[in-house]
Amino acid sequence: MIEIPYNVQAREETGLYNAKLGVWIFLASEIMLFGGLFSAYILLRIGSPVWPPSGETHLSIPLATLNTFNLILSSWTVVKSWVALKENDFAGFKKFMGITLLCSIVFLVIKYFEYSHKIHLGIYPSTDNFFGIYYTMTGLHGLHIIGGLILNFYLWGPGANMWQTEPERFTNRVEVAGLYWHFVDLVWIFLFPVLYLLN
Amino acid sequence: MSSHNLEHSKSIYFKILLTLFVLTLVTVGASFIEFGSMAVGIAVGLLIASVKGTLVAGNFMHLFDEVKSIYWLLIISAFFFIVVFFIPTLWDANLIKASVDTWISE
Repeated sequence: MIEIPYNVQAREETGLYNAKLGVWIFLASEIMLFGGLFSAYILLRIGSPVWPPSGETHLSIPLATLNTFNLILSSWTVVKSWVALKENDFAGFKKFMGITLLCSIVFLVIKYFEYSHKIHLGIYPSTDNFFGIYYTMTGLHGLHIIGGLILNFYLWGPGANMWQTEPERFTNRVEVAGLYWHFVDLVWIFLFPVLYLLN
Repeated sequence: MSSHNLEHSKSIYFKILLTLFVLTLVTVGASFIEFGSMAVGIAVGLLIASVKGTLVAGNFMHLFDEVKSIYWLLIISAFFFIVVFFIPTLWDANLIKASVDTWISE
């Protein structure tokens, strides 16, 4: 079998192991994706005589604030899970990654209540431009949360077997999964004021 | 990241977490203040979000302590992002469309 190079050691030209370079390139494309949507938001907003067009957002600031605390906490726990592996503390990794998974689930449950409340009121993406961009941006962000949840669950569960055979490579996997998770947190840090507070 | 840097990072992670919590409360609090104009309110909200974003990217994602190749990757992405960001605006202002129309008619 051909051994994949640079999955532990840094490549001389880049100073990075392959997965880290790959994830950063992926995150750069993600900046474009969300950046395009933020750009669309700004154009819709300055093009509208009244914002939000229907005059009311029906958004819950307490719930969104709770979710902001929740995601920031999960960013801290994911970095702590990586530190635990760096210090050969596998139990610590399981604990902190487990808390990260719980935070992701809590985020999605809160989001479910938010969406169902709006749908109950008859508010859909087609209601007006504000809700069009609100559902698009929070929906795409929610899909990223689900993606991160699946990835982190794999690393916490079956993927953790790699710790027995290739501990350094596994630690690197957790680091790059963490980079992705911090990015998802970062997007929310901007979505929260833009959609919920500054109307 | 070297072991020395890991020790340094470890000591600040919890402080960063607490700072982010406090800044979240400040963001919510600031949104209830009447700044006199919407533009100032938006600027304050985005400024606090940018500080929070910098703390996450710089410390949790270790960008304050990364190799040059990642900086270059992000600088190039930022350049293209700005291009993508302004194309609709320039199109709207008829700056690009006029050039394209002239080019097609020729």
